[in-house]
Amino acid sequence: MATAIEGDAPVDAGEAFRAKVRDWLAANFPPSLKGKDNGMSAVEGPSEPTPDEDAWRKAMGETGWGVPTWPKEYGGGGLSRAESRILQEEMTRAGASNPIGGMGVMMFGPTLLEYGSEEQKREHIPPIARAEIRWCQGYSEPGAGSDLASLQCFAEDRGDHYLVNGQKTWTSGGQWADKCFMLVRTDRTKKHEGITFLLCDMDSPGVEVKPIRLISGSSPFCETFFTDVKVPKTNRVGQEGEGWTIGKRLLQHERSSLSGGSGAGRMFAGTPLSQIAKQYVGVDGEGRIADADLRGRIVRHEMDMRAFMLTLRRASQEAKSNQGPSAATSIMKNVGARIMQERSELLIEIRGLAGLGWEGEGFGDEELRDVRTWLFGKAVSIYGGSSEIQNNVIAKRILGMLDHQ
Amino acid sequence: MAVLTEEQTMLRDMAREWADNESPVTAFRRMRDAAPATYYDPAAWEAQAAMGWAGILVPEAQGGVGMGYLSLGMVLEQLGRTLTATPLAATASATSALLLGGSEKQQAEWLPRIAAGEVIATLAIDEGPRFDPATIATKVEGGRLTGTKLFVAEGDSAQLFVVAASDGLYLVSGDEGVTRSPRKLTDSRSHAELRFDGAPAQKLEGGDDLLTQVADRATAAACAEMLGMAEAAFAQTNDYLKTRVQFGQALSSFQALQHRMAKMFTELELMRSVVEAALEAIDSGRANVSQEVSLAKALANETLHLVSREMVQLHGGIGMTDEHDAGFYLKRARILEAMWGNASWHRERFARLGGF
Ligand SMILES: Cc1cc2nc3c(=O)[nH]c(=O)nc-3n(C[C@H](O)[C@H](O)[C@H](O)COP(=O)(O)OP(=O)(O)OC[C@H]3O[C@@H](n4cnc5c(N)ncnc54)[C@H](O)[C@@H]3O)c2cc1C
Repeated sequence: MATAIEGDAPVDAGEAFRAKVRDWLAANFPPSLKGKDNGMSAVEGPSEPTPDEDAWRKAMGETGWGVPTWPKEYGGGGLSRAESRILQEEMTRAGASNPIGGMGVMMFGPTLLEYGSEEQKREHIPPIARAEIRWCQGYSEPGAGSDLASLQCFAEDRGDHYLVNGQKTWTSGGQWADKCFMLVRTDRTKKHEGITFLLCDMDSPGVEVKPIRLISGSSPFCETFFTDVKVPKTNRVGQEGEGWTIGKRLLQHERSSLSGGSGAGRMFAGTPLSQIAKQYVGVDGEGRIADADLRGRIVRHEMDMRAFMLTLRRASQEAKSNQGPSAATSIMKNVGARIMQERSELLIEIRGLAGLGWEGEGFGDEELRDVRTWLFGKAVSIYGGSSEIQNNVIAKRILGMLDHQ
Repeated sequence: MAVLTEEQTMLRDMAREWADNESPVTAFRRMRDAAPATYYDPAAWEAQAAMGWAGILVPEAQGGVGMGYLSLGMVLEQLGRTLTATPLAATASATSALLLGGSEKQQAEWLPRIAAGEVIATLAIDEGPRFDPATIATKVEGGRLTGTKLFVAEGDSAQLFVVAASDGLYLVSGDEGVTRSPRKLTDSRSHAELRFDGAPAQKLEGGDDLLTQVADRATAAACAEMLGMAEAAFAQTNDYLKTRVQFGQALSSFQALQHRMAKMFTELELMRSVVEAALEAIDSGRANVSQEVSLAKALANETLHLVSREMVQLHGGIGMTDEHDAGFYLKRARILEAMWGNASWHRERFARLGGF
């Protein structure tokens, strides 16, 4: 790649930024982390960071580049979309993955930037941008899943604070989280208008978490109980009774981040299925995957995946203005979930019984990992609004069809 | 439903009652949590033997009840419903090899003990993780068998192995020259790797064709278990949708879900027809057994695949948890889908046998 020489024609601003990023990465990205990305943390929970991982996280936190487009005054990178793309390209080139993530980045941060008070933004956004604080999502309850607005966890007004009582469930990362953004009921006489958005410290007296084991064998989520938990009023986002509007906005952010962007790239990175199939199934005289039927299904999957990536690209090109996620995120979440699940199913099928190992001798690390990913992956069409609920959203909001449950 | 004799009806009802009362999914869960070295429940196997199921295929003269494959399938279907972990399918599959290719002496030696439930037997065919009976490297020289077999069902505890070698099927008994290594798959059942190192082996009659016939019978048995699993997974999902309330109504009132259940129900009916037809074709010795079996396995794979995925999806969050049974069906389903050939393998063979 040609670099600009002083005295040449004025350097394109993008290229100058690219050079800056490159230098910065060379100085700050520990080579030992090249190509490493703890893709399993969502499945198995966080692991103890190595010194290099710590240093890398700190460096990214200081520049704010982990949340590149967030405003600088709250610890974000303050980059334009174009700059943010360059940053992503250069990180990919260097084999660096973004160590700043989690629910704070994916959903809570963007929502608070939009709805939070100035004090709330100053208090909560910088620690998210530096990955110092973990957030969890207290939405679902045993009786309120798809029908989230029927939630019952109650917050009673006690003057300067609320007293929260009730239960949440499927709280991802609840056992590791410092704080929880939650939807609570403040008015029993109204369904949607009786909901309020609160921020609760997970170490408040009266908060209790019980991990639940998943079919994949790990326990990354919890039942969470609230007994007389005090939440200061300063921790209410928006007005009392506005929680549903804010909560739904957050769900849109959740969907758009679940449907991919950089996540999608990661989902399909690694060895192509066709290559794995050649290894496990063998090839015919002309070098094709020996099992013609399986080959056909791999092709269909591959085409699906490309169509998805192209659609993601088209959507991002079309989103000229910075209006945030749209109803189309429902489509993308469903397609992303479908493709990811098909990939996992194909992988285990390609490997035969070697693709179904649970633990112990006789299996490779990748084989074992992909089994857990297959099982955990069954959740992507359930959480963040299940595929059925997204289809309802598409039918009603995009297609204008009638609301008949 | 196939037309059953009075005896078969009794057997089916008895198996259903036993599975529901004595061996519900909680029994499988207990076994899984206890993780015994055998990966099955010895008490359940004893009870099954006492009811005569170990000898369903064994002729009366050798201490069995000689009822055939449709009867075996009916029992396996009921056990599949509740995920009962016993070596019945593996033992019956190995028994079919003795029945088809065993000499009088071999039959007399093993069949009565199998029928009494004293001997667990199994097939050891595959040498890779995918079903591939055409590629077998195991060799026998001077009555001694050498080779490695992967993912042998009940291989952790079987005392009698029917082993595929390059020139046909052999019986290997006991532990001389046999090394077992447990392999833990997602379904928490037994799938050991076996190394035969000059193990004493006796040949069965019948050569290559015997392997095909035996594998077809093992495949049909797997299909019967899959039928029961699909049926139970479907029924539990249907029940759940009727009780789970969201948006102020039972989930079963949503047409989007009704149509999916209706589709699955339709597929299940087709699955039952082809699985029963395959078992009947074996019983009546029809010439097209292989094609019927491939038809059955291809459909069984697809239908159970669909139903096991939908079971998790339609249960929502609860279906993702280990404390719910949905995961057990999902995990066992994929194992049975891979065993004895996936849908691709059987569609390919179906086409080949049909000349297209
Ligand atoms: C791994 C995992 C992590 C999660 N993490 C979190 C978390 O961190 N915080 C949190 O608050 N929640 C979390 N959830 C909860 C998740 O958002 C809910 O599971 C989801 O909203 C579905 O609710 P439910 O489980 O109650 O299923 P139900 O609402 O009971 O739905 C059951 C089935 O019925 C379908 N269905 C429901 N209503 C309709 C309808 N009207 N039309 C058609 N079909 C319908 C659903 O799509 C689903 O297939 C998590 C869930 C999982 C599995």
